[in-house]
Amino acid sequence: MYKTEVRGKLIDGDKSFSQISREITAPINDKTPLWWYAAFLISLGMFGFGLYAKYITVTKGIGTWGVNNSIAWGWAIINFVWWIGIGHAGTAFSIFLLILRQKWRTAINRAAEAMTVVAVFCASLFPLLHMGRPWLFFYIFPYPNTRGPLWVNFNSPLFWDFVAISAYLLISASFWYFGMVPDFATIRDTTKSKIKKAVYGFFSFGWTGSSKEWLRFEGLSFVLGGIAAVLVVSVHSIVSTDFAVSVEPGWHTTIFPPYFVVGAIFSGFAMVLTLVVLMRVLYKLNDFVTDSHIDAVCRILIFISLIMGTAYMTEIFLAWYSGSEYEIYTFFKNRIFGEYAFQFWAMFISNAIVPQLFWFKKVRQKMWMVFVISIIINIGMWFERFNIVITSLSHDYLPANWATYSPSWVEVGFFVGTLGMFIAGVLLFFRFIPIIAISEIKSVAKFNKPRKDHLKHAGHE
Amino acid sequence: MVKYWRSLDELKDPVAFKKNELKLEVDTKRELFKKESASSRRDFLKTFGFSVAAAAVVASCKKPIDKAIPYLIKPEEVTPGMANYYASTYFDANEYCSVLVKVRDGRPIKIEGNNLSSVSQQGTTARVQASVLNLYDDARFKTPLKQGSATAWEEVDAEIVQKLAELKAENRKVVLLTSTIISPSTKKVIGEFLEEYPNAEWLQYDAVSATGILKANQASFGKAFLPDYHFEKAKVIVSFGADFLGTWLSPVEYTKAYTAGRRVLETSDEMNRHYQFETGMTVTGSNADVRFPVKPSEEAVIIADLYNQLLSAKGMAPVSGQKSSVDLSALVEDLIENEGESLVVSGSNDENVQIIVNAINNLLGNYGSAISLKKTLNTRQGLDDEFESFLSELNSGNISGVLCWGVNPVYNHPKGETIKTALENIFLSVSFADRKDETTAACQFVCPEPHYLEAWNDAEPKSGVYSLAQPTIPKLFDSRQPQESLARWSGTESPDFYTFLKNNWENEIFVQQDEFANTQMFWNDALQKGVFESEQEISQNISYSENGLENALSAIQPASSGWEIAFYENMGMVNGNFANNPWLQELPDPIAKISWDNFAAVPVRWAEENGVANESVITVNGVELPVFVQPGQAPDTISVALGYGRQVAGKVGEGVGKNMFAQTIVENGAKKFWLAGAEVVKTEKTYKLALSQTHHSMEGRPIVRETTYDEWKIDPASGNEKHEEVEDHHVTLYPEPEFKGHHWGMAVDLSSCIGCGNCAISCQAENNIQVIGKEQVRNRRIMHWIRVDRYFSNDAENPEVYHQPVMCQHCDNAPCENVCPVSATPHSEEGLNQMAYNRCVGTKYCVNNCPYRVRRFNWFQYINNDEFDYASNSELGRMVLNPDVTVRSRGVVEKCSFCVQRIQEKKAQAKVDGRPIEDGEIQPACVQSCPGNALVFGDLNNSESKISKLFKNKRNYHLLEELHTLPSVGYLTKVRNKKA
Repeated sequence: MYKTEVRGKLIDGDKSFSQISREITAPINDKTPLWWYAAFLISLGMFGFGLYAKYITVTKGIGTWGVNNSIAWGWAIINFVWWIGIGHAGTAFSIFLLILRQKWRTAINRAAEAMTVVAVFCASLFPLLHMGRPWLFFYIFPYPNTRGPLWVNFNSPLFWDFVAISAYLLISASFWYFGMVPDFATIRDTTKSKIKKAVYGFFSFGWTGSSKEWLRFEGLSFVLGGIAAVLVVSVHSIVSTDFAVSVEPGWHTTIFPPYFVVGAIFSGFAMVLTLVVLMRVLYKLNDFVTDSHIDAVCRILIFISLIMGTAYMTEIFLAWYSGSEYEIYTFFKNRIFGEYAFQFWAMFISNAIVPQLFWFKKVRQKMWMVFVISIIINIGMWFERFNIVITSLSHDYLPANWATYSPSWVEVGFFVGTLGMFIAGVLLFFRFIPIIAISEIKSVAKFNKPRKDHLKHAGHE
Repeated sequence: MVKYWRSLDELKDPVAFKKNELKLEVDTKRELFKKESASSRRDFLKTFGFSVAAAAVVASCKKPIDKAIPYLIKPEEVTPGMANYYASTYFDANEYCSVLVKVRDGRPIKIEGNNLSSVSQQGTTARVQASVLNLYDDARFKTPLKQGSATAWEEVDAEIVQKLAELKAENRKVVLLTSTIISPSTKKVIGEFLEEYPNAEWLQYDAVSATGILKANQASFGKAFLPDYHFEKAKVIVSFGADFLGTWLSPVEYTKAYTAGRRVLETSDEMNRHYQFETGMTVTGSNADVRFPVKPSEEAVIIADLYNQLLSAKGMAPVSGQKSSVDLSALVEDLIENEGESLVVSGSNDENVQIIVNAINNLLGNYGSAISLKKTLNTRQGLDDEFESFLSELNSGNISGVLCWGVNPVYNHPKGETIKTALENIFLSVSFADRKDETTAACQFVCPEPHYLEAWNDAEPKSGVYSLAQPTIPKLFDSRQPQESLARWSGTESPDFYTFLKNNWENEIFVQQDEFANTQMFWNDALQKGVFESEQEISQNISYSENGLENALSAIQPASSGWEIAFYENMGMVNGNFANNPWLQELPDPIAKISWDNFAAVPVRWAEENGVANESVITVNGVELPVFVQPGQAPDTISVALGYGRQVAGKVGEGVGKNMFAQTIVENGAKKFWLAGAEVVKTEKTYKLALSQTHHSMEGRPIVRETTYDEWKIDPASGNEKHEEVEDHHVTLYPEPEFKGHHWGMAVDLSSCIGCGNCAISCQAENNIQVIGKEQVRNRRIMHWIRVDRYFSNDAENPEVYHQPVMCQHCDNAPCENVCPVSATPHSEEGLNQMAYNRCVGTKYCVNNCPYRVRRFNWFQYINNDEFDYASNSELGRMVLNPDVTVRSRGVVEKCSFCVQRIQEKKAQAKVDGRPIEDGEIQPACVQSCPGNALVFGDLNNSESKISKLFKNKRNYHLLEELHTLPSVGYLTKVRNKKA
C-alpha cells in the first residue's frame, strides 16, 4: 500500500500483540512510581492555591484582579484562549490525521485527546468566573422562560462562544471516551485486580471485540471525527469573534478566525509534543512513540510556525495599509516599539522564529531541544494572547482612557490552579487509562514487520 | 347448629346477658346526650360574650406604631414618591450659591441651581452639589459636648452663661470669631449679643481672605469693599493669578458671565479675549487664550509695568518702575483698543498690588462698566490684620473667651499650634461647629449648629441682593442654630430664629419693594423663590482716588530668584472645611486629574533635568510631597493645594494629603500664599497618587477639535472639516435606526466647558454613584458617569489645555449593545442606550467594546462594605441615595442613562397635563447646574429645539464619528480667541 519511506518505523522492536498490550498497560498494572505521587501532590497543591484564588474571586469580586474600567479583560481571557488553543490539538491531531489516514497518529492520539478534555475543562472555568455575577451564569443559556420570553442575545459572540465550547467539549469528550472502550476491555480481560475488573468492565460497555463491534466502532469514530473536525475549526473561529466582532483597534480584523485556528493548532501540537516527550521519558515508551513520530510533529510545527509568521506580518501590513491611525498606533506604537514591545517580540520570536530550528535534523533528534522548543512555543502562544487582549485595550481610541494592566496575585493564583488541574488530570490519565490506544496501535503493528529484503528500513506494505 | 358464645356469662344465661348489654348501651348514650345539651346554648353565649368583650378591650388599647403609615390628612404639597423642591441658600467657605433643594419623602437628596438668582443663575459648583452629603456625615456632632463628652443643652447653657456673666462682670474680653457672615438677620443677632456683652467683640476671619482687595479699595475708594465684577461686559479679561472660574470670590457667577462672553454660535457673536498670568495651572488659566506662566514674585512687577506701559500708551507720563520679563505689548494694545470694556483682576492678597490693579482699571475706564461700584460683594469680609492683632492679644492673655463659629484657625492658620494651646488654656472657649475639626477639638464646649439644610437663614451676598435658606428636614441631631444660642445667652427666654428672621425681613426688607402690600405675601413669595432683589437704587457715594498708588508702586519688590512655592485652593477641597466629604475627595483635580491627595506640581523642564517623575517624592521646606509634573507650571516654582492634611475631620478626611496652611506666612498684616527662597530637595522615595487619567496628549487624533475666533468668523466649520468628510462617507448596508417619538440628544460646547467638574458631582448625587477610595481610583476604576477628559497640546512649558466632558454617547449604532450575551443593554425607542442591571451578569465585553470607555463596572460591593467605608456604609450616609435610581450591586456594569428617571418624570407630567414636552423642560443632572451652560439636552426629533439647532451648527461633530457609532452626543469645537 505505502511504498514510500517518508515515515520511520511506527513501532520499534518486533512485538507481539500480547506484548504490546502488556507494555502499554504496564503503568496501570505496575506499582505506581514515587515520582508520580510527588508530582500529583505538587499539582494538587497548585490546584488548591487556585481554589483559594477562586474563593477570593467569588466572595469579594473581580475587583481583586488587576483589570480596570479601560482593560476589563485580563489574564482570565488570555488564559481562557490559551487553554482552548491547547485543547485544540488533541482533537485536531487525532481527527485530521484520522481523516487523512495517517497511521502514525495511533501512538499519540490518545494522549492528545486526553489533554484536550482536561484543557477545555480548565479553559471553561475562566469565562465562568470572570463574570461579575457568576451565580447567574445560566442567563447565558437560551432556555424558555416566563419573562417575556426573554432570550439571550443571539448576536453576541459570547453566546456563540458558549455554544461552540460546550459542543466542542461534548464531542471531544465522547470521541476520546469511545476510542478507549476496546482498551478498557483489554484491561478488564488482563487485570488480576477484582476492583479494576469491575470498574474497567463497567466502562468498557461489555465490549467483546467481535467483528461487528469493530465495524460499528470504526463507523462511530468516523462519524464523531467528522463532526469534531468541523468543530475544531469552528470553536476557535468563534473564540476569535469575541475579538473580531468588536470595534477595538487590533481586534477588529477579518484575519482572526483562520489566524486563531492555526494558532490554536500550533499551541496544541506544541503541548502534545511536550507531553509525548515526557511520556517517552517517564514510561519508556520509545518503542511506540518513536523518534520518527517526534520528527513528524516537529515538521508540522515548522509549517504552522510559518503560517503564524505570515499571519503576524499580514496583520502588521494591514494595520499600516488600512491607514487607520488607531490601528497603526496599536500595532506600531504600542506593540512593536511601544510599552508592550517585550510581549510582542516574545510572541514573535517564540512562535515565528524559534520553531524554525526544527529545519535542522539534529535539533529534531535531540529530545531535550524538542522539549525546550515546545515549551517556548507554549509560552509564545501565551504572549500572543496577551498581545491581543491587553495591548488593544490598554491604548485604544481616547488617550484619556489609556491605562496599564498587571495581574494581581489572585489572577495568577487562578492560572496556577488551572495548571495544577491540568497536570493532575494528565497524571491521572497516565495512571488509569492506557496512554496509547492499544487497539489502534495493534492495527499498525502488522505493517511493522521488518521485511526480509529491507531490514534497515521499516516501511509499509 | 353450632352455638357461639362470647363469655361464660352468655353461655350460662344468654337472655340476661343480652338485657344487661342493652341497658349499658342505653346508659352510655343517655349520658352522652346529657353532656351535649348541657354545653350547648349557654356555653356558646358565654364564650361569645367573653370574646366580644375581650376583642373590644384589646382593640381599644393603643398600640405603639412603629411602621410608616399613610397620612390620615395628607399635607397638600406632599405626595409620597414625588419630589418637592425648596429654595434655599448655600454659603460656605466664602462661596455663595442660591439653590433648590430636592426633597423626596422628607429627605433632601439633591441640590439644584436656582435659576431665579442673579448671582448664581442656576449654576452650582462641585462643592455646592456635594454639600448635601455633609448633612448625612457620620462625623457630625449628635449632641452638645462639654470637654469632649456628650451633655445636655441646659447644662451647656447654664455653664456658658455663668462664665459669660463672670467675664462681663470682670470686663474681660470675649471674642466672637466667625467666618464672613453675609446674613443680615444673623448680624442683628450678633449685634444684640454684643450689646448684652460690652466686653465682647466680633471678628470675622477667613481662611483665604480678600484682605488685599479690601484694603486697596479702602485706599482707592475710602471704603473696604469687594466690587461687583461683570466679566460678561469685558472684551479683554486680564487676570493675575486670580482663579475666578475656580475659587476666586464668586466663581459660579463669574463662570456664567465669562462663558456668556465667549459663546459663539451665530456669526454675529463676539468673543472676549482672556489673558492669564499665573504660577501653577488653574482651571482659569487652562481656559485662557493667552497664558503666561510667571513666578509669584514676578506678578507685582508685571502689574506695575503694565500700568506704566498703559500710561505711555495713553500719552501720560510713566512712573519709574521695573521692566517686566514678559512682553506686554500685545496686551497693552488690546487693552487700549477696548478701553472701558476690559477687566483686570488679581488674586494677590497684597494691598499694594491691588492698588495698582485699581489704578489700571481706573485708567482703562473699567469702573462703571465691567466693575460695578453700585453693589458690593459681601462674601469675604475678614481682614487678616485684625485676626493677627486678635492673635497677639490671645497669646498675651488679654482675651478670656472665644466663641468660634465656622472658623478653623488651628488648621488653617500658620500659627495653628499656638492658637490651639491658647484655646485649651483659655477661661471660656465655645465652638459652634457641626462636625469635628481641629479648632473644635481644642474648645471646652461644643454647641453644634445644624447643617444649612436643617436651618433657617438669610443672606445678602451682594448689597441689595437677598436670599433665604429654609430647613428641608427636621434636625437629624440635637443641634441648635448659633443664632439661637447667642440670643439665649443674651437673655432671650426661648429664642426662635425663624420668627426673628421673618420679623427682620418684614421690618427691613419688606420696605425695599412695592410689589406686595402684605408682609405675609411678600414673605411667602421670597421664601418660594429663595431670592429677593431690592428695588431700591443703591448708590454708593464713592469715587476713585490715586491715594496710596505712589507708595504701592515704590513698594513693588523685584522678582526674586530661586524656588518659589505657590499655594492655591483647588476645586474640591478649597479651604479644607469639606475634607470629610468623600465625593469631593474623589473628584479628580480638573488639571492634574488626581484625587485623594494634594501634591507638588513641578515644572516639566526641571523634572526632566533632575529625573523627577510623577509619584516621586520631594521635600519642600522640609515637607515631603509627592510630585506631579505639571505642564504649564512656571519655571522655578512649585504649586501645592491648600485644604488637605486635616488632622481632625472624620473617617474620610483625616490624614489625606499635607496641610499647606502651616507653610503660609503673614506679611504686612495679610496672609501670603506664596513663599520665596524655598528649599526643594529630591528624595529617593515614591508615593502612590490616584490619577484617573495618565496620558495627556491627544496623539494628533481628532478628539477635541479646535479653531480660533478669527478663523471661525471666516468659516464656522473651521477645525471641523473632518465632520463633513465623515458625513460624506456615511453609508451603510443596514437600515438606519429610526425614532418615531422622541430622540434624546445632548450637545457639549467645548468652548463653554471650563472643566470644573460640577457635572461629575451633580451626577454622583443624582445617580447614586459610589465612592471607591484612593486605591481603586488609582486602579483606574473610578465610577463617575460623566468624566472630564483633559488634554494638553503644544509646548509642555506652557501648553494649551482642553477639557472634554465624556458621558455615555447613547450611540444609535452602539458597539456595546450587540456584544452583550444576555441582552442587558438594549436600545430604547427614544434613542437611549439602557442598562438592565438585574439582567447583567458582568461579562464586561461592553466595557471593552465602548470606544469612549464610559461604562463602569462594579468591581466590588461598594455599598454596606467595611472595606469601602465612605458614604454608603452607614444608615445615615445612605439617606442621600436617590430612590428613583437603582443602587447597583457588585458585578454589574453601569453608565450614564441621560438621567432617564428625569425624562420619565417629565414625560409623565406632560402626559397628565395633556401637552407635548417643552424644549428644555428635561434637564439631566449635569445639564441643570452647569455653571458654564456648556451642556444642552433635548429632543433631536423636534426641529425647533435648541439641541437640533446645535446639531446643525457648523461647529458640531461627534466623538470618534468615523467609527459610525452614531452617537446622540454632539460636541461643538473649541474656539480660542488668539491674537492673529
